[in-house]
Parts: sequence; C-alpha cells; structure tokens
Amino acid sequence: MTLRNNAILEVDALERRFDVSAPWLNRLIERKPRKTLRAVDGVDFVIQRGQTLALVGESGCGKSTIAKLVTGLHSPSGGSIRFHGDRDRLQMIFQDPFASLNPRWRVARIIAEPLRTLSPDTPEAEVSARVDELLRTVGLAPADGLKFPHEFSGGQRQRISIARALAGDPEFLVCDEPTSALDVSVQAQVLNLMKRLQKKMDLTYLFISHDLSVVRHMADVIAVMYLGRIVEIQPTADLFANPLHPYTGLLLETIPNLEAPKRDRSPMVGEVPSPVSPPSGCSFHPRCPRAFDRCKTERPQRSAKVHNRRVACFAAEQGAPDVQ
Amino acid sequence: MSDVVLDVQNLCVEFPTRKGLLTAVDGISLQIQRGEILGMVGESGAGKSMTGMSILGLLEPPGRIAAGSIHLSGDRIDDLDDRAMQAVRGRRIGAIFQDPLTSLNPLFRVGDQLVETIRLHTDLDKPAARERARELMREVGIPAVEERIDSYPHQFSGGMRQRIVIALALCAEPELIVADEPTTALDVSIQAQITALLKRLCRERGTAVMLVTHDMGVIAETADRVAVMYAGRLAEIGAVDDVVRRPQHPYTKGLMGSIPSLRTDVEELQMIPGSMPRLNAIPPGCAFNPRCAHAGPRCREEVPRIARGDITGAACWLAQAGTTLTPGEAA
Repeated sequence: MTLRNNAILEVDALERRFDVSAPWLNRLIERKPRKTLRAVDGVDFVIQRGQTLALVGESGCGKSTIAKLVTGLHSPSGGSIRFHGDRDRLQMIFQDPFASLNPRWRVARIIAEPLRTLSPDTPEAEVSARVDELLRTVGLAPADGLKFPHEFSGGQRQRISIARALAGDPEFLVCDEPTSALDVSVQAQVLNLMKRLQKKMDLTYLFISHDLSVVRHMADVIAVMYLGRIVEIQPTADLFANPLHPYTGLLLETIPNLEAPKRDRSPMVGEVPSPVSPPSGCSFHPRCPRAFDRCKTERPQRSAKVHNRRVACFAAEQGAPDVQ
Repeated sequence: MSDVVLDVQNLCVEFPTRKGLLTAVDGISLQIQRGEILGMVGESGAGKSMTGMSILGLLEPPGRIAAGSIHLSGDRIDDLDDRAMQAVRGRRIGAIFQDPLTSLNPLFRVGDQLVETIRLHTDLDKPAARERARELMREVGIPAVEERIDSYPHQFSGGMRQRIVIALALCAEPELIVADEPTTALDVSIQAQITALLKRLCRERGTAVMLVTHDMGVIAETADRVAVMYAGRLAEIGAVDDVVRRPQHPYTKGLMGSIPSLRTDVEELQMIPGSMPRLNAIPPGCAFNPRCAHAGPRCREEVPRIARGDITGAACWLAQAGTTLTPGEAA
C-alpha cells in the first residue's frame, strides 16, 4: 500500500502488562494468585510522516502508557514499535506544565538541555542564540530565558515545554494531554502554535487527549481506546460523520456540545470496568446497547489489512459488512 | 420576586497581602431563583470559586468580604458569625466540591457519614436516619444500596463517590447548592451522568444551584442562566442560549471562539491575545481593555458595570452603547 511507505511509526500488537499482585507474603497467606493489569492489550496503528494521530479515551484506557512505550519510558511486554526515524529526534510534551519543568533552573537552561545533551560540542554562543530563537518561535521573548518557571502562567509554561521539545530539532512529538491543564482561551493559543509549528517544521504528532473537540481540531486520524484496546480507528472527518463502534457513538453523544446542547439526553450507563479484571469477550459489552451473545464470549479481532479504518465490534461488522 | 433564593449585591472580596490589597471579587451582583441553575464560568483566577466560597462562608483568612451583601431567601448571611454560619451551611446551603475523595472522610463508612449529617440537620433518630440515608443513596443512583452502605469511600469509583457527595449535600434539603467544579475530576461518560443527576434532583426539589465550572459545554447543557467572570468582575450575565449564541462582551466572544467546535472546521482557533491580568495589576477602566480590539478611550478610564437588578447584560461600554461587534472582529 502506498500509504504505508511514508510511515514514521508502526506499532504492531503492542502489549504492556503491569504486575499489580499483592506482596508475596500476603499471596502466600491469603492464597491469592498473581494479578496482572493489561494496560495496553494488543494495539496497532501506523502514523504517516507529517500527520497527527490522536489517541482518545477515558482515564485508565491505556493512552498514556502508549505514550510512554513509544518514547521508551516503558518497555513493551509484547508486540513491536518500529520508528522509522532518528530516535534522538523524538521528543515529548507532558500534560502538567507545573511538574515537567525544573523549578530551580532558569528557562534558558531548561530549553538548552536537549541541545547540550544531544550535541555536547555546540559552542555556547550558538546554544544561547538557538535558545533565543526558540523562545521567539513559541511566542515568548528572549529576555524570558533568565526567569524561573514559577514566574510564568500555565500557558506560558506549556510554551516553554514546547520550546524544550523543539530544541532537539524533532521530527516526531508525543504530546500527552498538552492542553488539559490550561484554560480554554490559553488552550487555543497553544493548539494554534502546535498546528503552525507542525506545518512549518513538518512535524508528526502522536496526540493524546480525552477531549474529542480538541482532537477533532488537531488530528488527521483518530484511534478510540477502551480498556487497553483500540476499538475504532478512522480518519477524523469519517469518525465524526459515521462512528462505527457503539462506544464511539455513545462518547460523541455524551460530550457536551456547545452548538447543539442536548439538554435532556440520557447519559451512557455504567462505568469503565477495572482493567485488572476486564469483562469477557468484548470489554465494552456490559455497557453496550447493541451487544448480543457472541460479544460476551468472543473478543472482536482487529484486522491488520486496512490501517486507517478499523473497528473491533461484531455488531458493527454485521451492520456494515464492508467495514472490517 | 419572592422566589429569589440567593441574592448577591455588589459583593467585594479582598485579600490583604504584603504587597497591598488584592481585590479577588469586585462588585458582583446576581440572583438565583428557586429551581434555577446558574452557571459561573471564567478562567482560573477569575474569581468564580471565590464567589462560591463567600456564599458558603468559607473564605480562607485573610480573605474577607469587604463590601456588599448576600441574602438567602431574604435572610442576610454574609455578616453571620462562624457559629451561626455553620448552622446555615449544610442545612440551608449544600456544597459539592471538585474532588469527591477529599470531601469524604476516608476512615468512616459512607452510610455512617450520611447518618451523621442527616442527624446533625434533622431530628430523626438513628434507624430513621439510616433509612433516609438508604433512600438518598438510591435516589442518587447507587446500585446495591444494602451492600454499599457499609463500604468505605475508597471502595467506590470516582463517579460513585461524587454521587455520595451529592447525597450528603442533599441530606438537609437545602434551598441552595453551591457546586464547585463537580464534574471536572470525572471522565466524560461519568460527567454526563452526574450533571443529569444534579439537574433532575434540583428540578424535583426546586433547589437553586450555583454551578461553578470552567467548562462551557457543561454550562450549555446544564445551566439556565450563565454569569461570565473576568478578573474578579462580572463580564456578562444572561440566559444560556443568548450568552452562548449571541455573546455581547468581547471577552465572551473570544472565549466562545477559542473553544474547538464539534461541527465546523477552522484552520486556526480564535485567540484572545495575551492573558488575564494578575490581581495586583488590573488595568484602570475595563479590566479587559488591553486585550480588546475595540477598546476606546472610555474603556481605559471608566469601569463598565452591569446595571444593578439587570438579569441580562454585558459590562462593556460598546455593547451598552449598542455597537454591534461582529464575531470575526472579536478580540
């Protein structure tokens, strides 16, 4: 397929399990078995160069674990991640701009750190010129480099995080909820900046968010996650026009809509089950209005053929046989 | 207007600091009717929580109410001493906060916490209070009440915990509930359940609600009226549909434009340049004037206010003069 030739990241049957057992003495005395949490349970997707793939889902669905797997902060328990690019040019932007910047370092030193680490031979004058340039790129002034992080607002701190990520001249950015801690008007500033930078520097984003309206604005392709699995992956416009998985449909129904408020809606029933003991078969079946017997016993499989339009749901397969 | 439950007039909240007096809330006037949900929106630091806390009498010292009045169903409550306020809080005003885990005592079973609260505010005996607790738990949608009544808070999920907190707030059938970011810590699918629950309960009981949140979407789907705050002042107040669809204040316009849409595609989101001023650096005149594309000389000198007693209005000289600001121009 021509689409895949330009792939920068290919994730295949990725798994990450965490051991959440009780301490061995408790297990011995209380005769409890080992417990494993499948945070990421057989996930695959492909990201094309210069595009944005978004992972959406509720808390505990494994989206942040994927970010950590892709950046190498966790190692996979199974499956593979192939990155067709320079590992040094993969950077990350974190959610909390208050926790991700060293409070004792001046901003210039924070931004220069990737430069100094990745190419230690750079002359000092060049480093500071580059820091000034980066500060300007993200809409701050070179004089801000002398300040400490606490002197900035949340939005400005997130700009500093972006400048730091850009310092390594990245081609691929993993953004884990980059605007969740920000107010909407500040969020708009940061999202616009990220979009502009993507165009200018031909960046590829793995964009993680729980906010569907943000994701709709940013992403080319959206993968919806539920309990460690991707239940549906589609190009953005198609996903919003025609959600295939019942969970996506309900999620779209549920999000508050400013333009067409659904003031008397019936919210999705139930809660996300614990990933330590997920339901049998399709993990969404206890909450699914379209579930039938097969969903309770058999797990819907992913199809590896089509990479940008895929749904793991028996009901959707029956309803639309052309889609797999 | 005998149905006014909450009447706030010209409320000012000040914080004396070493660097001088900070005005966190500056001349807010608003009313909430029986059975009405008023949304309070604004960015962090705009003073929306501070307004809620003043009503609850929970301002952290050295913060203090410097001027204005708060009336609850005709009774003045802002000048009560701590003891008298304690009797009002819980009984006549319920509170729901953002984090349900910190609102509950982790060492007590939820049933006991409910019974304690019910007995504090009513004269029911223990068995009757326990029965009432069961009823409340059923009403807020907790499954298998008989088993769950003796569980500890950590044994509940976030959504279920928030339901318990709502049950606690409802114990004494209060006239007013102040809900400060009640859904912010929850996932979207749970968020919808909680707002629907809050809405249903308040409609049924005629409770007035002040819903403080930063999420315009939640307001649009839950509130009847909305008050937009900016830098401690009221920027705009009105019916939800009017404020969302036809905002008058340039700040509200910019705010609406900056929210990514679920329907229309835009290359760039609308941005309000700059950021909200810190409380020690509020510019003279309209607090929004340095960021406003339309600001004139009057905006830099005189503070615009929403006329007292107006239930809709924008604190903007241009909007009050009838100048129409097209959305494209906003901010």
